[in-house]
Amino acid sequence: MGVIALSWADILLAALPLAALAAVFAWQRLELSRTMLIGAVRTFVQLALVGFVLKGVFQNAHPVWTVGFSLVMLAAGTWEVSRRQHRRFAAGWTVGFAVLGMFTAGFTVTVFALLALVGVSPWWSPQYAIPLLGMILGNTMTGIALGMDTLTQSAWKQRAVIENRLALGQTAAEAVTELRRESVRTAMTPIINSLAVCGVVSLPGMMTGQILSGSDPLAAVRYQMMIMYLIATGAGFGSLLTIQLCVRRLFDGRERLRLDRLTG
Amino acid sequence: MSSFEVSELRYGGFGPVSFAMQAGETVGVTGPSGCGKTRLLRALADMDPWLGEIRLGAGRPAEMSASAWRRRVAYVPAESQWWFDGVGAHFVAAPQTEEVRGLGLDPEVLSWPVARLSSGEKQRLGLLRTLANRPSVLLLDEPTAHLDAERSRAFEALVKRRCAEGMMAVWVAHDPEQLRRVATRGYRMAAQGVWKEAVSWA
Repeated sequence: MGVIALSWADILLAALPLAALAAVFAWQRLELSRTMLIGAVRTFVQLALVGFVLKGVFQNAHPVWTVGFSLVMLAAGTWEVSRRQHRRFAAGWTVGFAVLGMFTAGFTVTVFALLALVGVSPWWSPQYAIPLLGMILGNTMTGIALGMDTLTQSAWKQRAVIENRLALGQTAAEAVTELRRESVRTAMTPIINSLAVCGVVSLPGMMTGQILSGSDPLAAVRYQMMIMYLIATGAGFGSLLTIQLCVRRLFDGRERLRLDRLTG
Repeated sequence: MSSFEVSELRYGGFGPVSFAMQAGETVGVTGPSGCGKTRLLRALADMDPWLGEIRLGAGRPAEMSASAWRRRVAYVPAESQWWFDGVGAHFVAAPQTEEVRGLGLDPEVLSWPVARLSSGEKQRLGLLRTLANRPSVLLLDEPTAHLDAERSRAFEALVKRRCAEGMMAVWVAHDPEQLRRVATRGYRMAAQGVWKEAVSWA
C-alpha cells in the first residue's frame, strides 16, 4: 500500500481555485490577493526546495546531513521568533535567548523521542529525526515567540507598576510575578488548545498523512499522541527557560528595571 | 540607624549632592521642574545608577540586596500604582486603624476595590503602604499634590509622628509653605541639579 502520488500538474490544478479566490479578493478590493499570492508562491518554492533537499539527505543518510538540516531549522526558527517581537533586547540577546530555548527544549525532547520511544536505528536517521524535530521546533518556536513578546511588551507598558513594586522593597522576581505567569500562559495557550481539540475538531496533519499513505489508523494515532505530548513538552520547557532568561535580562544586579535594554 | 549620609552623589548627569540627616529629621528639597529632584530620590533608593556614597547608619546599599535597601530607604512615587483588584492585597501589614482615620480615610478602605479609590485616596494609601515596611528613610515626591489643605495637614502630621519615632524623610515639594512646616532643613536645587545653599526654615 502507498499513497496515490500527485503529479506537478495536479499541483497546478490545485492552485487554480486559489487563483480564482485571489481574483475575487482583487475584485472586492480587499487588498489580500497580493500577500496571499506571494504566500502561495513561497509555499511552492520552500516546500519544493525542502523536498529536493530531503530526498538527497534520505538517499545519502549521514549524521552530518541530519545535523546540518537541524541547524538550518533552528536558524529559521530563531529568525522567526525574532521577527515576531515588537521589542527586542539590544545586542542580540533576543536571538541568543531564542536559540538557547529552542535548542535546549526542542533538541532534548527530540533526542529523547528518537532514543527512548521510536527506537529507530541509527537514532539520527533523517527520515525520523527531521520530521520529528521539525514539528517539535515549530511549536517550541511559537511558544517562545508568544511568551517573549508578551513579557517584553507588558514590562514596557507596566514600567510604573514594576518600579513602584521595586520601590516597596519587592525583589525583581516578585515585581514581575504576574507578568511572568501571564507570559508562560500565553506561550502555552495554542498548544493546550490543540491538546484539547485534537482529533475532534482538527485532524492533525501528520496523522492524516500517515493514514493517507496507508498506515493502520491506530498506529497513526499512537504516533500523533506521542507528537502532541512531545510538542507540548518542548514548547513548555522552551518558553519557561526563555522567559526566565528574559526576566533576568530586564533587571540588573541592583534589581533595577532596565527597559533601556529593549529596542524598537 | 541613627543617621543618613549622602556625599558627592552624582546621578544621571546631576549632582554632586551632599547632605546628612539625623534620626527624626526631615530635609526639604525644592527647585524648578526638571532639575533632578525625582531622579535624586530614585538614586537614593538605588533605583537609578549613581556614584558617590550613601550611608544609612553604618550600612551601604552594596552591603545588602537592593530590595532590602529599598525597604529601609523607601521611595514613594508621585503617582502611586495599584496592580491588584483589592486595596488590601497591596499591604504587607495592615496599617493601624488610627492612622487610617487620621488621614481622613474610611477604616474599611482596605477591603475596597482599587477602582473605587480617588487619586487623593490613592496618594494617602500609597504612604500607608510604604510605612507598613517600617522604613528608616522616607523619600516623598510631591506627596500631597492631589490633596486639599486639610488632608495635606493630616498627611504631614502622620509623617511627623513617624519621624518623632526616629524615621527620617526627604520631602520634595514645590510649595515653600509646606516645606517650612515639615522640614527641619531645606535645599534648593538649581537647573541641572546643582545642589545649592541650604535654606534655613527654622
